[in-house]
Amino acid sequence: MMTPDGVLLSIQGVTKRFGATAVLEAVSIDIKEREFLTVLGESGSGKTTLLRIIAGFEQPDSGEVWMKGERLDTKPPNRRNVNTVFQHYALFPHLSVFENVAYGLRARNIEKSEVTSRVTAALAQMKIEEFARRRPAQLSGGQQQRVAVARALVNQPSLLLLDEPLSALDANLRRYMQAELKALQREVGITFAFVTHDQEEAMTLSDRIVLLRRGRVEQIDTPRDIYNRPRTSYAASFIGQTNLLAAQIENRRARLGDLEWPCASGQRQALFSLRPEDIRIVADGEPAKTNGVRCRGFVRSRVFTGASELLEVECGTGALLKVRVSGQFGAPDQVTVEVAPERIVPLAE
Amino acid sequence: MYSRTYRNLVAIPPFVWAATFLIVPYAFLFSFSFWQVRSQAIVHEWTLANYRQLIDNPVYLSVLFRSARIAGSVTLLALALGFPLAYFLSFRTKTSKNILYQLVIIPLWVSYLVRAYAWKTILGSDGVLNTLLTYTGILRHPAEFLLYSPLAVTLTLTHIYTPFVFLPIYASLEHIPRELIEASQDLGASAARTFWAVVFPLALPGVLGGATFAFVLSLGDFLAPLLVGGPTGIMISNVVVSLFGAAYNWPLGAAISACMLLLVAALISGTERLELRLRHRDAR
Repeated sequence: MMTPDGVLLSIQGVTKRFGATAVLEAVSIDIKEREFLTVLGESGSGKTTLLRIIAGFEQPDSGEVWMKGERLDTKPPNRRNVNTVFQHYALFPHLSVFENVAYGLRARNIEKSEVTSRVTAALAQMKIEEFARRRPAQLSGGQQQRVAVARALVNQPSLLLLDEPLSALDANLRRYMQAELKALQREVGITFAFVTHDQEEAMTLSDRIVLLRRGRVEQIDTPRDIYNRPRTSYAASFIGQTNLLAAQIENRRARLGDLEWPCASGQRQALFSLRPEDIRIVADGEPAKTNGVRCRGFVRSRVFTGASELLEVECGTGALLKVRVSGQFGAPDQVTVEVAPERIVPLAE
Repeated sequence: MYSRTYRNLVAIPPFVWAATFLIVPYAFLFSFSFWQVRSQAIVHEWTLANYRQLIDNPVYLSVLFRSARIAGSVTLLALALGFPLAYFLSFRTKTSKNILYQLVIIPLWVSYLVRAYAWKTILGSDGVLNTLLTYTGILRHPAEFLLYSPLAVTLTLTHIYTPFVFLPIYASLEHIPRELIEASQDLGASAARTFWAVVFPLALPGVLGGATFAFVLSLGDFLAPLLVGGPTGIMISNVVVSLFGAAYNWPLGAAISACMLLLVAALISGTERLELRLRHRDAR
């Protein structure tokens, strides 16, 4: 089998079991060249195992991995043009920062002068030249992280794997490193496959997100599409906040409590996702937007979160909607809400 | 915080221990080494004669060299056995790890004497090895040189001290994060390079510790040469024992002991320094 044009790495029907439990089941993903792909999932979703299969530390039980027309899963890890930034960095404690970064080049018997110049450039790129002679233990977590990235990137791999590299950093440093990783990826033009359990991190960094759930691919899409068009209730509620609406359908109209909207589905019952920020609170006299649907409701609770306020509005029996309003909400307890029907997304399950 | 009195009180037992069993005996030892024996009595007259005799009389130096040679061979043999064993146990076994580990440790619970005697039954002229060799026709007559020789001492001591080499090496191998092995492979290193560039340097403290154990303990051993050494397998401690016993020359025995003590202390501080230097090789 070949890899299609523009695709760097093709994972084809990969299954992996540990004993009786299937960690990955028939996973197929195409990673495009120069993209920033994030594998997102809870712990136990198989995301790290997937990364380890690409790196070569695990063998798939079935399925294949191809890189640019070359079978990858049969090669040992040291013969793959792939490098990894490990979760706990895995820097060699007995070697200086310089020697850590030079390790991969020395392993491939690259000429001494070239090793020096490439390592120096990589250290400069990650802004850690001043630490070249230090040991990893003498560096902070953020600095160690930079060494780990430099050590991998200096080899100019076709694909860089990052296994939750930011999880050990505190919130501020983490946001800073996210921005820097994203910029770095654009600068070096290397494909990044990034594993995380943090949906916000996935949204910020990625060109595309692979959402894994219990070893299966739940959805692969751009952050925008996965947020606006979640395919399943799991995808809808894992990424961002949402209202899951279990609606009855009759005569091409779906109905939940007092809320009613047009729906093409032929089923009698269906599940929908509606983001809290897609619901508007309108003044009584305000004209309706084109095809907007409205209903009356009672505000049951209010949670102030800074930039916005999250309300729970009850619209008839069984319809308790989370509504996000910007700024502070000063309206009375009885309100009218309005929704654009196209923002109500039908879900597969 | 604990009171001053309390802190002083708890310091008393260890201090008394060190004084009674270390400081005072050493003081005696060094004092004796500067005294002399005249007509079967120890005379408290200060002299360097004992130390001069050590240098002048070639017997003592040659026994010391032999002891060092035996201790060195034991160290190398124990490393050659202990390192692969520790490596295999740490990196290549999963389910059987604990059982194998116990198998290595159990001999430590068997009395030293029993283990030394075991070699007597193996190497003796009617021993297991000779019986096998004559039975299979490889030898016509039993080999006499096996027992009561430096070789027998070396074998016995290697058997006894290999677990002492194994343990620290095993401990330092177990402490190597397996992620480092993966990182090395990930960076394109072969298995051999991973071993020499990552595993071995990180196991070095264990190797040095184990080697020091084996060398120091073998150098000062006197039971193995006594039991299986014979006249050609005499080691320095046997000389000391006889000087303190039948020969009744405590001052000379004390002088040899003092030299040994300084030698071993120098050795230990030397390996310590070596380890520190290796650890900071390119940190400077």
